Amino acid sequence: MVKEIERAGIPVVHMCTVVPISLTVGANRIVPTIAIPHPLGDPKLDPKEEKDLRRKLVEKALAALETEVSGQTVFE
Amino acid sequence: MGKIKVVHYVNQFFAGIGGEEKADVKPEVREEVLGPGLALKAGLGDDVEIVATVICGDTYFGNNMEEATSELLDLIKKYEPDLFIAGPAFNAGRYGTACGAITEAVQNELEIPALTAMYEENPGVDLYRKSVYIVATKDSAAGMRDAVKKMAPLALKLYRGEEIGSPEEEGYLERGIRKNFFTDKRGSERAVDMLLKKLAGEDYVTEFPMPDFDRVDPNPAVKDITKATVAIVTSGGAVPKGNPDHIESSSAQKYGKYSLEGIYDFTPENGETAHGGYDPVYANEDLDRVLPVDVMRDLEKEGKIGKLHDFWYATVGNGTSVANAMKFGEAIGKDLAAAGVDAVILTST
Repeated sequence: MVKEIERAGIPVVHMCTVVPISLTVGANRIVPTIAIPHPLGDPKLDPKEEKDLRRKLVEKALAALETEVSGQTVFE
Repeated sequence: MGKIKVVHYVNQFFAGIGGEEKADVKPEVREEVLGPGLALKAGLGDDVEIVATVICGDTYFGNNMEEATSELLDLIKKYEPDLFIAGPAFNAGRYGTACGAITEAVQNELEIPALTAMYEENPGVDLYRKSVYIVATKDSAAGMRDAVKKMAPLALKLYRGEEIGSPEEEGYLERGIRKNFFTDKRGSERAVDMLLKKLAGEDYVTEFPMPDFDRVDPNPAVKDITKATVAIVTSGGAVPKGNPDHIESSSAQKYGKYSLEGIYDFTPENGETAHGGYDPVYANEDLDRVLPVDVMRDLEKEGKIGKLHDFWYATVGNGTSVANAMKFGEAIGKDLAAAGVDAVILTST
């Protein structure tokens, strides 16, 4: 799906936990996330900390969208 | 002479520990034959003994690939096996990735002959096909018998150090290796034969399949994200409460397009996951953990992004065929482009 959306001419950032799969699939902008059942959260944290964590990840994804890349890039 | 010692790897499901709710179990070992090991044992014959089964939860493995691999290697090493077999993983993506990773590690680090098995569209195939032998299986456990029939003889050949035939002969997935061999017809003759067949519209088999590099070049970056319309898309099954489109929990046949009007935060009342390939508890409690609507709304209000697109798109990426995923992606991409969306965040579980 990532690749087809990119093909449609829209920059796309893939947020996922298993980065090797994202690389195989062909995503160009990749932001690693927390865990498979809760990529953008962590139930161990209190709700405010959890939302802060989510916000940081999303901000990283937005920064990735604003970054020129020439090939597959993982934004650690 | 003693029996050939085999260590077998399975996930929490095939070990009988449990489904997704147990997918976070850590590596462990049991000195018994479990699940598919029974069929493998029968297929391998009387000279072979499965001395231990190592197990790891798929989610635990996916979340901690390096640690899990090294923990499993330590467990396997103790048994000094002559042969290592993982799976078969069929079309289970995290399981296939785990099988590939651990098979590669056993082969390369412990220098023990090793093989695994899975369906050709399993993401573990592209990751590990070049480094290890992966026997081709069907896409579900219904193909167990057929899988074992191919795995057992190939495993024994690897153990004995015998020459391994072509992927077609042995039933493994092509590894991108070219091999020299003698044939009674020279190249020019074979090429002309192929050309004649091609011209006649008959089937022919190329001797050098071109690798299929389907890569899409990255699009230019977004100039100013504070003016951009950003859409959110997910393969994590995030759907409105009640899953109105009945998106399948695995092997999805469709995707959904849902309005974000009036949604500022996901709660157990307005959203859930339709995904059957991970423990749904966390997503059902707070779907923002899969699709970050709360944060996107905050960023929109603060002017950090121009606008959150009015719709979100979701499907379930669990055993979903590559062909379907491409079809969904193409349709979603067209729709987003027509709506003037400038950038996309796609989340996966």
